[in-house]
This record gives sequence, C-alpha cells and structure tokens, in this order.
Amino acid sequence: MSCFECTRADAVRAVAGRGLPSIEPGMPTPAGTGLSRRSFVAKSLGLALSVYGAGKLQWFEEGIANAATTPASPILVTVFLQGGADALSILYPEGDPLYRKLRPHLAVSGGTTFAEDDRLKWHPAMSPIAQLHGEGKVSVLPAVGYDHPDQSHFTSRHFWEVGATDTRLLTGWMGRYLDVAGAPDNPLQGLSLTGQLQPTLATAKVPVAAIDGPDQYDFWVPGVWGEVETRMLDAVGSLGGVASSDPAFRTAADVTLQSDRLRRQLDPFSAKGAITPAVAYPKSDDSFPTQLQGLAAMVAAGLPLRCVALEATGEYDTHAGQVSALAPALTTTAASLYAFQRDLEARGVADRVLTLVWSEFGRRAKENGSGGTDHGAAGTGFLIGTRAAGRQVGEFPGLGSGLDDDGNVKATSDFRAVYSSLLEQWLGFDAARIIPGAATLTRPKLVK
Amino acid sequence: MGRVGVPVYRGSFETPQAERLLWRAGFGPRAGEAEALAKLGLDGAVHALLYPGREQLVGPDPHDSKGRPLAPLDAWGHDHTWWLDRMVRTSRPLVERMTLVWHDWFATSNDGVGNQKLMLKQNALFRSHSLGSFEELLIEVTRDPAMLKWLNGVDNSKDAPNENYAREMMELFTLGADRGAYTERDVREQARSLTGWENDWKQGVGDYDFHFDPDAHDTGTKTVFRKSGRYDWKSACRLCVSHPLHASFFVRKLWSYFVPVAPDHATQAALEAVYRKNRQLKPVLQIVLSHPALYDGPRMMKPPVVHVAGLLRRIGAPITTTDWAWIGELAGQQLFYPPNVAGWDETRWLDTATFRGRWIGVQRILEGRTLDPAKSTAADAQTVLTRALSFWNQPALSDATRAALLQFAQTALADAGKQKWKQQQYPALVENALRQLIAVSPDVQTS
Repeated sequence: MSCFECTRADAVRAVAGRGLPSIEPGMPTPAGTGLSRRSFVAKSLGLALSVYGAGKLQWFEEGIANAATTPASPILVTVFLQGGADALSILYPEGDPLYRKLRPHLAVSGGTTFAEDDRLKWHPAMSPIAQLHGEGKVSVLPAVGYDHPDQSHFTSRHFWEVGATDTRLLTGWMGRYLDVAGAPDNPLQGLSLTGQLQPTLATAKVPVAAIDGPDQYDFWVPGVWGEVETRMLDAVGSLGGVASSDPAFRTAADVTLQSDRLRRQLDPFSAKGAITPAVAYPKSDDSFPTQLQGLAAMVAAGLPLRCVALEATGEYDTHAGQVSALAPALTTTAASLYAFQRDLEARGVADRVLTLVWSEFGRRAKENGSGGTDHGAAGTGFLIGTRAAGRQVGEFPGLGSGLDDDGNVKATSDFRAVYSSLLEQWLGFDAARIIPGAATLTRPKLVK
Repeated sequence: MGRVGVPVYRGSFETPQAERLLWRAGFGPRAGEAEALAKLGLDGAVHALLYPGREQLVGPDPHDSKGRPLAPLDAWGHDHTWWLDRMVRTSRPLVERMTLVWHDWFATSNDGVGNQKLMLKQNALFRSHSLGSFEELLIEVTRDPAMLKWLNGVDNSKDAPNENYAREMMELFTLGADRGAYTERDVREQARSLTGWENDWKQGVGDYDFHFDPDAHDTGTKTVFRKSGRYDWKSACRLCVSHPLHASFFVRKLWSYFVPVAPDHATQAALEAVYRKNRQLKPVLQIVLSHPALYDGPRMMKPPVVHVAGLLRRIGAPITTTDWAWIGELAGQQLFYPPNVAGWDETRWLDTATFRGRWIGVQRILEGRTLDPAKSTAADAQTVLTRALSFWNQPALSDATRAALLQFAQTALADAGKQKWKQQQYPALVENALRQLIAVSPDVQTS
C-alpha cells in the first residue's frame, strides 16, 4: 500500500487501530501549518515504511503517533469552570414558567434569545459566545451530565476528568489517549496551562507538561553564566536520567527530565515580546486571557500540541452571592474565549483547534436562602471552533418533568458520549480504547 | 510500646532513619539535629516529637526585604511567610507539621474567607489542637469563623438551609465519599442540624461577631444515618465521628500524610482500634511514626513548603523576604490558599511547572549567598562538589546522582581549557551551579 496520498486526518485516524491509513485524495492540507503536503506525506511514508520493516503493530502505532505530532495535528483544548457552574444562569430558561418561581432572587434577565430553543436566553455576560454561536462556531450542550449524578465536587469532577463514572481510575481521559497515541519524548503533547498538571491530562506512560505560559519557562541561577550555565542546564537533563526503582524518586527524576525537554521546546518563546497576539484580549488579574493568548501563539508556531487543559477565570461554586460572583467570572471567561477564537482565525490556524468548555455539574434549580444555589446535576457545556458542528446536543429538559427527585436538572447528553465523539470525529481515534463502555454510547455529531 | 499486632520498626535507628523521621514528621533536620535524635533511639525520638515541651524559635526574627517585621494579619504574602518562618525555626516540628496536615484536611482558603486575621485564628486553632482529640478539633473547626465563612456555615439558617458544610464535613473531613457512609438525604438533614450560625459585617472591619443564634436554628427532628433526634451542630459532629465508617477513613487519611503506601490490614486494624478508644491523635501518631513502613518503605515526595522550609532550616537561613508567598504559589503550595476544600493533591505535587517553582525557591535561597568568581581559585571537580555538599550540610545523595553531578563539574571545569582566568573563576561558577542542582535533585525533592 502506498502512503503518498495520506492526509493528516488519515494518519491520525490510523492510530485508532482501525488498520492502515486509507486513501482519500484531494483532502487539503490544514491551513496555517506552514507545512507543505509533500513534506508531511514524506514523513508519513518514512514511518509507514518502518512499520513494514519492523513488522510489529506497536512500531506502526508509535510511528504514526510521531507523524501525528507534526504541526498538522488537530488540537483539543478543554476549559474547566471550577465549582459547578450554574447552567440555569448561563443559558437561563426565561421561557420556562417555573424559572422565576424557583429563582425568585437569582433569575437572570436582559439576555438575548438562544436561536435553537426560544425558551432559553444567554446570560448577558455570554454575549461573545452567543455571537460565535450565531456564526455557527458553537455547539451547545444545555444539559450535559450522566446517570445517577454525584453531587460531590471531587467525585463528579473526577468522573469528568477520567472520562468514566469510576472513582478508581487514575489517568485522565486525554492522558489515556496520549498514552496510546502520543510520543515518548514530547511533553508538549499534553499541556496544562494552569501552572499545575490538570488531572484530565494525567498519563501512565508518556510525558506531559504544565506551565503558566510559554514565555515563562526560563531557568537561571545567581552566580552562574556563560558556558557553565549551558552545562548546568544540560545537567538538569542528566539528573532526570538517574535511574531508580523507587516510585517517588522516579517521579521526581521524570519530571526533571520533562522540564529539561520542555525548556528546550519553549526556548524560542523565552525572549521578551516573542508573543504578539493578533487581537486584543480582555484585561484581567486572572491569567486565563494571557494563557489563551500564549496558547494561540504556540499553535501558530507549530509546536507539537495535541491536548491542552485550562481553567477558566472565576470560582463557580456559588452557594452564596451568586449574582455578583457569576457576572464578572462569565464576562472575563466569555470575552477571553472569544478573543482566543478570533486570534486563531487571524493567525489562520482556527481549523486546527476545538475548545470544550465544561464544569463538574450544574446547580440546584431551586435557589437556597443565601442568594446562591447548592450542588446540582446536569450542567452546560460548549464546544467552540470553526470545525464545531454548531448544533445543540441534547435539549434543555425543562424545570417540570426535567428535574430529578433531588430537584436537579436531568442530563440530556452524556459527557462520555461527548468525549467519544471528540476522540473519533476530531482526533480520529477509536473511543472504545479510551472511554470505558464507549460501545454503548450514541455519539453526537460534534465536528463538521 | 509492644501493642499486640502492631508492627514496630526494629532495624537500626541511626542518622539516616532519624533524618527521614524528621522529614516526614517535620521539616527536616537542622545541623546536628538528626544525629542528636538518633542517639535517643526510635522510641525516644518519637516521644521527643510527640512531647516537645514549650516551643522555642531558633534564630533571628523574620523580616521583609526592607527589614520591616512581618504583618501576617494584614499584608498579602506575609501570612505564608510568617508560617514558613515558624516551620523553619520551631523546636516542635511535629506540632507544626500536624498544623499543616489540619490545614490540608480542613482546607480553608483565604480566597473565600478574605480575611487574614480569621485565617491566622484558624491556624492557631489547628496548632493548639494539633496533637489532641480529633473530636474536639472537629467541633472547634465547625464553629471556626474562617470555616463558617468558607463553607457557608453562616449562610445556613432554618428557613434557608445551605448544604455546603454538611456535605464536606462528611465527604472530606470524617467519612469519605463513595463508601456508602451517608446519603444525599443525610446531607440535607445534617445541614438542618448545623443551622443557626451568623455573623455581622461592618465597613472597615469586615466579618466579625460570629455567633450562634438559637432563633436561626432548626429545632425540629432530623433523621441522620437512620437515627432521629433534635440534633444540633455539636450532635452533627458527634454523629460523624461515632459513625462506624469514621475510624477507617480517619486513620487511612492520617497515615497517608506520613507513608506513601497504604497500611497493611493488621496495621489498619490496630490503628482503628487505638483511635476508637478516645479519638486522640498521639496514640495513633505513635504507631505511624514507629512503623516499619516509614523507615523501610519507599520514599515520599516532599510537599513544596516542606522542601523550602527544610532547605532554610538545614543551613540556618533566616527569612528576609516575603517573596516566599509567590514562590510557594509557583511551586504549587501557597499557604492559606489551598486549591479547594479537598486540599492539595498529594499525589501530584511535581510537574514541569511546579518543578520550576521549586527551582526558583532554591534560586532565592542562593541569592546573596553566591561565591564571587573574582575571589575563586583553581580546584578540581571532586573538591568543588564536596564544597557544594558542605554548603547544604551534607544531604544524602544516591551514587547515581553524585556521579551525574561530578560529571557536570568535570565537563564544565574542562571548558576552561588553557585559559588561566577561566581556570581560576570556573570553580566558583560551577559550585554555584552545583548548589542549585543538589537542592533540586530527585534525592532532595523526596525523603
């Protein structure tokens, strides 16, 4: 079989264990990669040959995985709204007769109608997302969750992070994807832009990275410079290479090694002014906008990113004072996501990035007595990007029969099905290998 | 102690074992401290930690970079720095370490409280109850102003219950999630029992006068864990600690702060039995700190603040800047700001970002302590490495790490070639670099 006609999508899809890449002539090279079709195909070919030479499936998978970390690969970004964001404020059901009864003090007003369901309106702070939705770039999940919802922050968040309602799983769902599809020497393939590793990206085998921003990964020591400094930085890698059978020691050494690799990968960004955004981002004390700004620059620079995790501005666990807490958090979050999308578009790389916005649960339909809401069940999710299908997944179930026995919104879409669709339709990977029970889940169409 | 069925470490108790004990139960040794502790033998050493006597703070008082005393009740970052100083200078390391454990266990963040005075008051509560009764601690925490604010205890009244504290009290503090210990109904009923706490607010003062108002308390009958009664906030606490699944949760969680692998069945059973007697900490800690798994078992990642406090303690360095707060944040542990009510994730301390935070912490210690290359003289790699190890007061390193460091020193010194000024100056540069590398090595990140 010839691989001269392999396309990016095929190369990536091949990792799914569905067999060898098929030929789909005429598929264009993704925009803005700066990589010619020819050079990409050449890489795929070289790797494909090594497969046949080695004659082992494992080699084949690793080879294709390396090809898939070329700058042509699709990138999945996840943005976490920590604390359980109130779905009934983000897309508030003004058209539901029970809304103002359940939320006498907290009912939102003044938003624009959600074009796909006229019972719902966008929170005024969400207007940038509403605008992107109008352009067909946002798929809305008005009530995403799972059966038998757990109202613990940590359990429910854990379920979302590991991609299963299983408290014992230790690897994140994107981490497991990288373990199979990723490379053994590319920490950037799984990047937490939150200053600490996001559990969604926790892997068992391959390296992943956490940074605050691409321009903030320098290492220096007082009283060390010149040749000695260069040798010292090299020695960080040597310390990371020290062998040990002790798990904690091994972890420390592995992270040391990954930090060394990451420093080399990010070296081009270390200079002042290396990142120039193509659009204006919102000003904020929170680093979310600058993290997205750095991410857009990294994507445009062709760094080998695959899965990226961030946390949105704000604290969404609004047991009290919900109205005053939610508006500023949503304002900065929505404006930042909007700027990020526009930045990607201006840089010509928007077709390579999809962004999933999620929270561990929504909040109770009936407000509590503290001007807030307690933990609920289904929440709101969004998928943003030029390649997002732009159609809502599941629908808002209403506040009558749509509530469960605890008075929480019932889920009309399942987060594991969303993950399965993203793995297959976006990353081109068989979800059954990543998401437990994927075979029984109906995949919503998320990618166009 | 020789309790039946409780394994006790019987191996030799020399300086390395004493040093490990000081890292796990404190913040590592000062110069000479591990040697002195080793002389007491295992029982004596554990006793010394559990019964440390009056606290003495050793070394000069802390100050900010302009030489002014710290203002932990008011100024940003001074809270973190103030506590770090106490970790560095205390003569009661286990008291301070357990205070840190309770801060993580009952994780309260000033992000939600917004008042350093209340945070420091809670910190004093953790310290005074650090080695006492867990039941008393839980009761005190339940009415602690910072906690009442953080988990909406003051927003919970009979007409408008707020479940936040009720849920976390059971899930995180006493029983654990997904063990079948409680139901959603129990959460709601416990919230009713906990109603009645209030506070006032005044411009310029903030939250004050936290008190219990009987009129705001739901005096009705509640059904919790299938038993009914006219429960109040204290009964809510007592129901949790007398729940049949509390002891197993408690000892497992406490153990995990000291030993990175779960206790074996016999140890777990012994810990539970001892704890159930009176819910006192000391008998439980006695078993944990004397257990073979602490001395023979695998190494453990040091929490970021322990890593930094330990390095400062090791060289007797005083606190001279409040940079420690943002450095702590970069390393993944800013005191008084745990990431959420579950505390810090002990299984994920180190990643590429927090590694850089730890690097910067070491860099900050070395600032102002560097060797001046102008005053340097030629020296060979082994000599330079020996000097760098002396700077840190001889930390134990594996042979492989030592070899990697020596290799670096040899290569870097060889770069000097035949250039005389380089031959003279490079030993200082290399020793400065070695001091950094030693302190961020996997050996020193773990204990």
